Parts: sequence; C-alpha cells; structure tokens
Amino acid sequence: MSLNKFEKIFQDKQKKGKKAIMPFLPAGYPDKEKFWEYIREMDQLGADIIEIGVPFSDPVADGPVVEKASNIALKNGVNLKWIIDNLTEYRVFLDCEIVLMGYCNPFFKYGYEKLAKDMKNAGVSGIIIADLPLEESIKIKPIFDAHDISLIYLVGLNTSKERLEKYAKFASGFVYFVSVLGTTGARDKLPEELKEKLKLARDIFDLPISIGFGIKSPSQVKEIEEYIDGIVFGSSVIEHINKGKDIKDFFKAWI
Amino acid sequence: MKKAYFGEFGGQFVPELLMPPLIELEEAYEQIVPSEDFQREFNSILKDYVGRPTPLTFCKNLSSELGFNLWLKREDLAHSGAHKINNTIGQALLTKYMGKKRLVAETGAGQHGVATATAAALLGLECIVFMGAKDVERQAPNVKRMELLGAEVRPVYSSTQTLKDAINEALRYWISHQRDTHYCLGSVVGPHPFPALVRDFQSVIGKEAKEQFLEKTNRLPDHVIACVGGGSNAMGIFYEFLEHREVKLTGVEAAGEGTPNCYHSATLNKGTLGILHGTKTYLLQTEDGQILPSHSVAPGLDYPGVGPEHAYLKETKRAEYVCVTDEQALSAFKVLCKKEGIIPALESSHALSFALNLKGKVKENYHVIVNLSGRGDKDLDIVFKHLK
Repeated sequence: MSLNKFEKIFQDKQKKGKKAIMPFLPAGYPDKEKFWEYIREMDQLGADIIEIGVPFSDPVADGPVVEKASNIALKNGVNLKWIIDNLTEYRVFLDCEIVLMGYCNPFFKYGYEKLAKDMKNAGVSGIIIADLPLEESIKIKPIFDAHDISLIYLVGLNTSKERLEKYAKFASGFVYFVSVLGTTGARDKLPEELKEKLKLARDIFDLPISIGFGIKSPSQVKEIEEYIDGIVFGSSVIEHINKGKDIKDFFKAWI
Repeated sequence: MKKAYFGEFGGQFVPELLMPPLIELEEAYEQIVPSEDFQREFNSILKDYVGRPTPLTFCKNLSSELGFNLWLKREDLAHSGAHKINNTIGQALLTKYMGKKRLVAETGAGQHGVATATAAALLGLECIVFMGAKDVERQAPNVKRMELLGAEVRPVYSSTQTLKDAINEALRYWISHQRDTHYCLGSVVGPHPFPALVRDFQSVIGKEAKEQFLEKTNRLPDHVIACVGGGSNAMGIFYEFLEHREVKLTGVEAAGEGTPNCYHSATLNKGTLGILHGTKTYLLQTEDGQILPSHSVAPGLDYPGVGPEHAYLKETKRAEYVCVTDEQALSAFKVLCKKEGIIPALESSHALSFALNLKGKVKENYHVIVNLSGRGDKDLDIVFKHLK
C-alpha cells in the first residue's frame, strides 16, 4: 500500500533527521488578506503541514491567545465557506499539506458529507476536531475516509494505555499528542511525565506522532526528540505576529 | 437508547483530555450514587439542612379567581432560596466520595454559584466559581454572598463575558485540575453523565410533588409546568411524571422582549440543532454554527443552549415547550406577590405566567402544579427598574 501524504512527509523529514514543522493559524487572522500572506510565507519558509484554524465562538480547548485570535477572525467575517473557497484558489501556490482544525459545531452545521467533499476539492488532507473524542467520531470517520481525508485524533498525558490502544485501531494520518494537561498556549516547561507517555504512544501507534500545545522553542523538545516526528505551534506563532515581528525570525530557530 | 444519548440528543463532545474525568464520573454515577451509604447521607442532608420536603402550596386566592386549581411546588423555600441546592449537595457529596478536594463551578446570575459555595462550605471542600465579568458587575450581591461562603469568584473576560463563557472557563480549569477537582455543573446540560446526574439529584422535586399531591387529592395532577433555561428544575419535576402520560408537561422558555429579532432564550422554540459544551442539542446560533448571545429578564434562563433530555421530550412530544415574554413574566411576578404573598423568582414567574393564561381554557376540576423554582428577593433590583 502506498504511503499517505502525511506518512510521506514524516518519512522524508526522518531521513533528514528532522521533525515536521506544523504551524497553526486561525483563518482570517490577523485579517483576511494578511492571513493568506502569512500562509504563503510559512509555506515558503519550509512549513511541512499548516493547520488552518476554523474559528469558533466557544473554543474550550484553547487558551487566551488562540481564543482572542479566533474572536478577531470571526469579527473579520470568516466562516468555513470562506476558508474552503479561498483554499480552492490559493492551494496551487502551496507546497505543504493543509489540515483544518476546529470544533464540532461549525463542521456539523456545514454538514460532514459536504465538508469532506469540499475539503478534498480544495486540496485539504486532514481534519482535527478538538471536541470530538473517539466515541463520538466512530460514525463520522467513514465519511472522511471515503474522501481520503484523514481524521486526526488528539491524545494526551491522561489518556490511558487502554484508550490509546482503542485510538490506535482507528487513527489515521498522524497522531496529535497534547503535551500538557491544559489548553493551548506556550509554556516555559513541558511536564516531566511527557517522555514516558510518548514512549508508550510510540509503542502503541504505527503512525507518526506530533506534539502540540505549549511549545515555543526548540530547546523544549530536545529531551523528547526521539519520540516525536512533528511539532505544532500555534499560540507562540500568534504571539510572534502580534508583536509585529517578522515571521522569518520565528522560523529560523526551527528550520 | 444509545449510551450517553437521549434519542439523537446528548453525547460527549469534549476534548480527549476531559474523557478520563468524565469516565470517572460516569462510574461514580453508576456505582456510588445508587449506593445505600450515599443515598442515606444525601437524603439526610436534604432533610435536615436543605429543609426538604418543600411544601406543595394550594393557591386559594388565585384558584378561585382563575377557575381552576393552582398549586405551587415551593423550591423557593429550600435553603439558599432555590432548587439549585439539591444538585450542588448531591455533587459536592459525590466529590467527597470520589476523594477529590475542590469544586469548580460556573454561574450566570450567581444562584448556582451560591448553591455550590454553600454545599462546599458544608462539606469542607474548596470552591472556585467562574462568572462572566458582565455578570459579576450585574449581580454584585451574589458575588459577595459566594465570598462570604468561602468561595473564590473568578471573573471571565472572554467573548460575551456571560454564562456560556463561564462554562468554557470552568471546563478549561477542569482539564488542568481534574486530578483533585470535580466540575459541579449547574444544569441538565453538558456532556454525559451531567444531564442524567443533575436530573437525578433534582428528581426529588417531582417525587415529593407527586406524593404530596396524591396525599392531598388522591389523584394525579392534570398539568405540570416549569420554566426552562438549561432546564434543571423542569427535568427535576417532570421526571417522576414522565411515565404518567395523562399528566401534561409544559416547559416555559424566555422570549425576551418578544419582538422580532430580539435577543431571547427560547432555544427549543426558535433554536436549531448543534453542539455546545459537550452536548448535541438545540442552540441559538448563526447559520455558520457560531453561538449567539441570549437574553431574558430572568438571569437564570439566559443560556443559548438547553438540556438534551428536553430536546428529546420535545421531539417525542412527551412535553410541550412554549415561550413567555419579559413583560408577561413581570406581570405574573406581581400577581403572585399581591394575591398569595409569595415573591417568586423571575425565572419561575415565566412558568407562572403560562399557568395564569390557562384561565378560561380549562375546567373547574383541572389541577395545575407550577414549579416555583426559586424566590424573588434576588430579582428586586431588576423588577423595580422595570416597574418605573
């Protein structure tokens, strides 16, 4: 069987001894034009997978930085249709893979069937739904499978071995490992128990593992390097942009 | 029925990080709550501390005017002034049995926050209450009350700065403090097992009402009416009557000002299906699935979602759901004060208003129970402002 798009990316990076770089930015942030400029810039700077945030009014898994950015995006008039319409136009200019990340309700209202179809047409390879745990995903996953869209699961420090094993039966694309017991937002230090838990996840999953939530600098991931394949950063990118700094400076440290 | 669901409504739409504490709570709900020890302790607190059973009052003056029989289930006489305490005592006690030391709660107007702080003080638990910054300002006396009871009130500044944002923040807090903290959710909303757990703790209302009514009249009532925001007092009184299909059940939602395009809280009447705070139910939302602000003169009804079991009762037509405007509720409020000497909560005044409107539509031997879910002392400022 041929490798899926994600496995190919992670394998290429691995051969080079590198981790996949996966920035997250809420769609339409800081404004509708700037957003696409940033996406193109991050793509050119070497981002491997870009997670486009689908803003939601009540993002319970997010800390203050992403929540505020999402609210601004909503005020800018962004919705799922805008994201997909624009992607259809901009996708050809991007080398990276695109993943949508958001919460159930906007996806549910759009309709999963239509969403999966439109995502495929727009060249999106995966979807991450922050408030869709395994149990609630079972009915929905085949819809995305049918259109070659990977439904990417989140697991965390408190996900038991038994639950990780259940997830392993369904997981596709890659595994998103949440590195803190908390919401999104850059932390100075990652938890002690992260290493052990990542080791366990490595044993259980056949898929690449990316970590996210709380990451802001390469030094943080030194100790866990051998157990991960990709790194997601959201809040730290947004904070960098908010300070009016050049996005190149942020990427320099990682590439 | 599928586990965690009421028909197609309900579920557990939460981040994976919240699944372990929800599974832990499910086990506690299934094993600890029905146990003899727990039930004995729970019932003894309800009796000796909360003051249960609350009376079932026959409204003599109003009944003769209305031409049918109006009864009130007096949750306003429960300790701390509303039905909310039934649930918080249950969850606080469960927290102790689960070996956790802290309660976190959300509150809108402050009633559930006060009830949680009360239960925490009684049972020696720490208590943190998240409250929208706008509500902190609007409901200053309740903030003081919670603080007197030993709780820490944390204002929430995100988004609309009201109840829904307080719930978001409480859920976030729970994610990072799940090991020693229980989330004491205040209504029959949220992910499974909360809608069932809160309903069960509130079901004492309907059990008592049925028994009291049977004792006084030797029959069942014709009609039971309750207001619905999230819907905990309504589920509490409806649940015991669900199997008695001859008893009509009406939930009354808040229509706000009742003008076209006004903000309201009539989720079951005017909302659409969606997913919020872990549950699939009717919501006030845009076509894109963004949650809209709600409004009611009654702060406790001001929520853009509704308990999934109510959505199911509506779907299966076991209960009907109607709306009452701010003005109609205020007018019912005044009627009860003057005619029966009872100052009702503005939430309960919605249910009462619907009952008063049955005048001329039902027969003389018709018996109606209204769940008087709380007392109105907390609402006097709002009422005086509107009376001007």
